[in-house]
Amino acid sequence: MQQYLLSVHVVEGAPDPSDEEMEIVFRETGRINDEMQATGAWVFGGGLRPPDSATVVRIENGATTMSDGPFAETKEHIAGFWVIKCADLDEALAWAGKCAAACGPVEVRPFDDLSQA
Amino acid sequence: MDLASIYRAEYGRCVATLARLLGDINLAEEAVQDAFTTALQKWRTPPPNPGAWIVTTARNRAVDRLRRESTREARHAQALLLHHQDEPQEVGPVKDDQLRLIFTCCHPALAPDARTALTLRLLGGLEVPEIARAYLIQEATVAQRIVRAKRKIRDAAIPYRVPAEHELPDRLPPVLTVLYLMFNEGYAATAGPLIRTDLCAEAIRLARELAALMPDEPEVLGLLALLLLTEARRPARLDANGDLVPLAAQDRSLWNPALIAEGHDLVRRCLRRNRPGPYQIQAAINAVHTDGAGTDWPQVLALYDQLLALAPTPVVALNRAVAVAEVHGPAVALAALEGIDLPGYHRLPATRAELLARVGQDDEARAAYDQAIALASNETERAHLRTRRTALTRERRPS
Repeated sequence: MQQYLLSVHVVEGAPDPSDEEMEIVFRETGRINDEMQATGAWVFGGGLRPPDSATVVRIENGATTMSDGPFAETKEHIAGFWVIKCADLDEALAWAGKCAAACGPVEVRPFDDLSQA
Repeated sequence: MDLASIYRAEYGRCVATLARLLGDINLAEEAVQDAFTTALQKWRTPPPNPGAWIVTTARNRAVDRLRRESTREARHAQALLLHHQDEPQEVGPVKDDQLRLIFTCCHPALAPDARTALTLRLLGGLEVPEIARAYLIQEATVAQRIVRAKRKIRDAAIPYRVPAEHELPDRLPPVLTVLYLMFNEGYAATAGPLIRTDLCAEAIRLARELAALMPDEPEVLGLLALLLLTEARRPARLDANGDLVPLAAQDRSLWNPALIAEGHDLVRRCLRRNRPGPYQIQAAINAVHTDGAGTDWPQVLALYDQLLALAPTPVVALNRAVAVAEVHGPAVALAALEGIDLPGYHRLPATRAELLARVGQDDEARAAYDQAIALASNETERAHLRTRRTALTRERRPS
């Protein structure tokens, strides 16, 4: 079995979805989670707080420093993700299609072999 | 058959079968290359079934190689191989393996350019420089595309199987593009002998298998018809000196009547389905070229208009201009060439040169021939262009 990260992204400054829209996203996402758990594809998943809640930790000259805000200086940030396990990319892409219908574009990335040992 | 011809004929099939046995394309390629190296050392004369010899040797080589390694995947692959060895010995490469490999190489998760490059490399056995010339791009770019695509197939676990029925509409078009380019590379080979018949035969063979697998897909039938009708004219394409003969001057009695009949039959089947697509229209154009004693150019032009509407590419626009010249004259065709952007493609200046010569602008024609000769990578085509250029010079010496 191969593990994949399915990540959902938000673009900074994009208009906030309405309450009704969020409700649909939550409902659809819950349905997908149930299906993943029922079929055994589920490993882990969840939604994230906004990027301004992030803290970056670095080691500089042997000292630990912290900075407020996300690591990547981009306008796109991960809003949530799933980790799934399946036989091959086609299965992962089929899950990603369901996730994309609920949450917008989904990036599918395989884990490397060592982290699945 | 010498080893080079056997390599050309068997490479793709052997890699496809080894990829199934090993579950890894890079290992499969290495194993097949190892086996051919062994063949070079051991064969005095090739065995009766060279493909089977290569597959068996490659498999044994892969087992040896994996035994020396100790990673988890290697042990896994070795277990797979040993498992397969318990099964009845195969007589050679398995037919389905090539289809499997084609659909893997043409997976939509791969970049379009990478799909074609990879299929030509793995199934056509083309080398990187040949693919670069077929694409009109740098060799380093092709090499990088192939490496990246193979890495993604392995890392992302792109499956190795023929897609299910409902997946075919998305999976099929890139496969057809690949077969079309494979045939083109064989028909107008970019280096060496102009017509490399084994590549053409390979493209036709794969197209036939696709047509058998997907008889309800009219574009598959259209592609097969196009390849057959083009292949049918091959015997008349070069004269006794090995020089190119233009379509209008070809000896039609040399054309292959069986292939033409088969191609025409496929075009009629496509027409009955009435779901036209780019390959079917190109097949229809070639059916007109091969129907009766001469080409009905107004009908060809009408088909090119239809094709340009469906597939507005510069190469289609260039081919349409040739038909325009036959119907409306070279001056109108020269105007039709304006704005066509095909950097590095010799056929654009070559066509312009022919048209300029026909309207009597010899100096301009000469310059266009020089451009075309500089761009053409095939010696037969360069020789043809030089002959045409010399025909101009004979009438008026350059000052």
